[in-house]
Amino acid sequence: MAELAIEANNLTRKFAEMTAVSSLNLQVEKQQIYGFLGPNGSGKTTAIRLFTGLLKPSSGHVKVLGYNLPVDAERLRRQIGYMTQKFSLYDDLTLTENMQFIARVYGLNPKEQKSRLDELISIYQLTALKKQLAGSLSGGQKQRLALACAVMHKPKLLFLDEPTSAVDPENRREFWEQLFDLCDQGVTILVSTHYMDEAERCHKLAILENGIKRADDSPAQLMANMPANVIEVSTDNLRQLKQQLVALPEVVSASQLGAHLRVLVNKSIADPMTFLKQSHIMPSHTAMHLVRASLEDVFVLSTGNHIMPRASINKVEQ
Amino acid sequence: MNSLLRIQAIVIKELIQLKRDRMTFGMVIMIPLVQLLLFAFAINTNIRHIPVGIVDQSQTALSRVLQQTITATSIVDFTRHYTSLAQAQAAIDRGDVRAVLVIPDDVSQRLVRHATVGFGTSSASDQETSRPIAQWLVDGSDTAIAASIKSLRNMPLAELLDKPVNRNVPTFEVTIIYNPEQRSVVNIVPGLVGIILTMTMIMFTSAAIVRERERGNMELLITTPLASLELMIGKIFPYIFIGAIQVIIILGLGYCFFNAPINGGLWQLTFATLLFICASLVLGLVISTLAKNQLQSMQMTVFILLPSILLSGFMFPYEGMPEIAQYIAEGLPATHFIRLVRGVVLRDVAVIDMTFDMLWLIGFTILGLILAALRFKKSLD
Repeated sequence: MAELAIEANNLTRKFAEMTAVSSLNLQVEKQQIYGFLGPNGSGKTTAIRLFTGLLKPSSGHVKVLGYNLPVDAERLRRQIGYMTQKFSLYDDLTLTENMQFIARVYGLNPKEQKSRLDELISIYQLTALKKQLAGSLSGGQKQRLALACAVMHKPKLLFLDEPTSAVDPENRREFWEQLFDLCDQGVTILVSTHYMDEAERCHKLAILENGIKRADDSPAQLMANMPANVIEVSTDNLRQLKQQLVALPEVVSASQLGAHLRVLVNKSIADPMTFLKQSHIMPSHTAMHLVRASLEDVFVLSTGNHIMPRASINKVEQ
Repeated sequence: MNSLLRIQAIVIKELIQLKRDRMTFGMVIMIPLVQLLLFAFAINTNIRHIPVGIVDQSQTALSRVLQQTITATSIVDFTRHYTSLAQAQAAIDRGDVRAVLVIPDDVSQRLVRHATVGFGTSSASDQETSRPIAQWLVDGSDTAIAASIKSLRNMPLAELLDKPVNRNVPTFEVTIIYNPEQRSVVNIVPGLVGIILTMTMIMFTSAAIVRERERGNMELLITTPLASLELMIGKIFPYIFIGAIQVIIILGLGYCFFNAPINGGLWQLTFATLLFICASLVLGLVISTLAKNQLQSMQMTVFILLPSILLSGFMFPYEGMPEIAQYIAEGLPATHFIRLVRGVVLRDVAVIDMTFDMLWLIGFTILGLILAALRFKKSLD
């Protein structure tokens, strides 16, 4: 097994009555991009804060880059970079001033400072913005600046908390290219997101809901192991059909995508197409196709009321 | 080495932010300027031109001369005339006047027998000669005004009768040094240094940590290797210069416009001021680690500022306060600084000779810095 960057055992964090992270077991291998996929309030940020030593766990253990937290939090800080969900650099400082500030805080001497700043400014295409106040940058520009600052001291492990929430699709693509470049240079990246397309780019993925890890594996494996078949149904009167379908116990979920319904049928049904035809609720002129599962299907199945059977979660963890 | 670099990072950042924040930068200059003009003109313990009324029951030339002689002291101005005592009392009740002089109809007889005028020797047992010539009716609710009118009690009357003054030899000879002209501004200007520094220094730093938290910068700062003490020192350092600028404005203007003397050495003054600036900044930092938002930090600043103005000896003498107020005053950095700065500026003493106040400020700064660094935890718990 490859070396681990993060190893969490039964990690739990409670805030008063609310349990934000509940008995989280997690292994993140080095030099991978590991994704946290989950809706708002699923405990993604709290988990990241626990891994960076910003929060102390209520119970359980976590080891990051070989440091036991929270005891060694201060030593860990020199090795990690953290990009917060909300832009946390100074709005009233220019781009260069912000970068200089971070460089000094990480103890780069003036010579290193200059060369590192030049390097980062060219990598993240910030040359034209050097003198601009950070507060006046666009979402994508802010995010590039934040990433440049987070990697200023060449951290071995990078935490990105919903880095692309304020960024347009094109900048998001560009951003992920940069993440893969970093990964290629040996950096381990843990990124939280609620975008399916981003989650699919990760080497490995954990789906979180209400502070509980519902599943984790590579996106391909998650889709392959999904305990349901996906059938696309095209017909008239989809809204009504959807109501009738979800009433069937074997149908796990049905959602409309434009002119067709995406129906998830439990894998215990060997031939889902025939099953649907025989259910007598399908209109006569209905077209049906068995299609490949998407990550969204996995997400829908693992969260909400459609919790994966216990057995499949255990299988995933091995 | 890296520690110095990190402190430097904070200092530079603070200076840039301060430079960009025009409003705050303006306040640095305007607060001492405006407050100095305000206080130096407004606070005057030598009360003059109190509006008073008169009930002249004698209506003689003498009573009019008496009135003029009193006016000449410029302590009171006769603004109203009343015909009866009842009318005068009603006027005091309404607040039209602060006091009323009642001149009885036998004022001439009273005057010629009056001791100070010098007809024979006075004897306390002699009712006739020891009678005062007129009566003041004073609204005593404001003690300062009452005291000023009381000072008229022994006003010499000799010039009323063109007689040589029959002065008694006083029991004590009083020699007033350091402020022989008894101008309040001499005492107020150095004290004002203490009050304005308390106000601005605490205000700046009390918002310092809270602001980082409110704007979301704190989450970034605590993931860096920056230590709490480094952050605290870096935060207060730029404001030491700001404080120094303000002191120069206050004492400089006080010297130029109000003729407030600076008798002490500049190094002594610098030393005393630095001690106090550091103590105030640290107090602000402690507030900043306690407050949850900028509004709370402002409220706490005012909570410190008011007793600093009222109890530090700036407005009222420390010696006149009840014991419990004195204890509270001893707990305020402003009290110790105002003693130091008045000592240096007015009496040219060395700071080192006022050991207690000096050590108190040093101790306060060190303890406060440690407390602030301890209170500030590098976690979000």
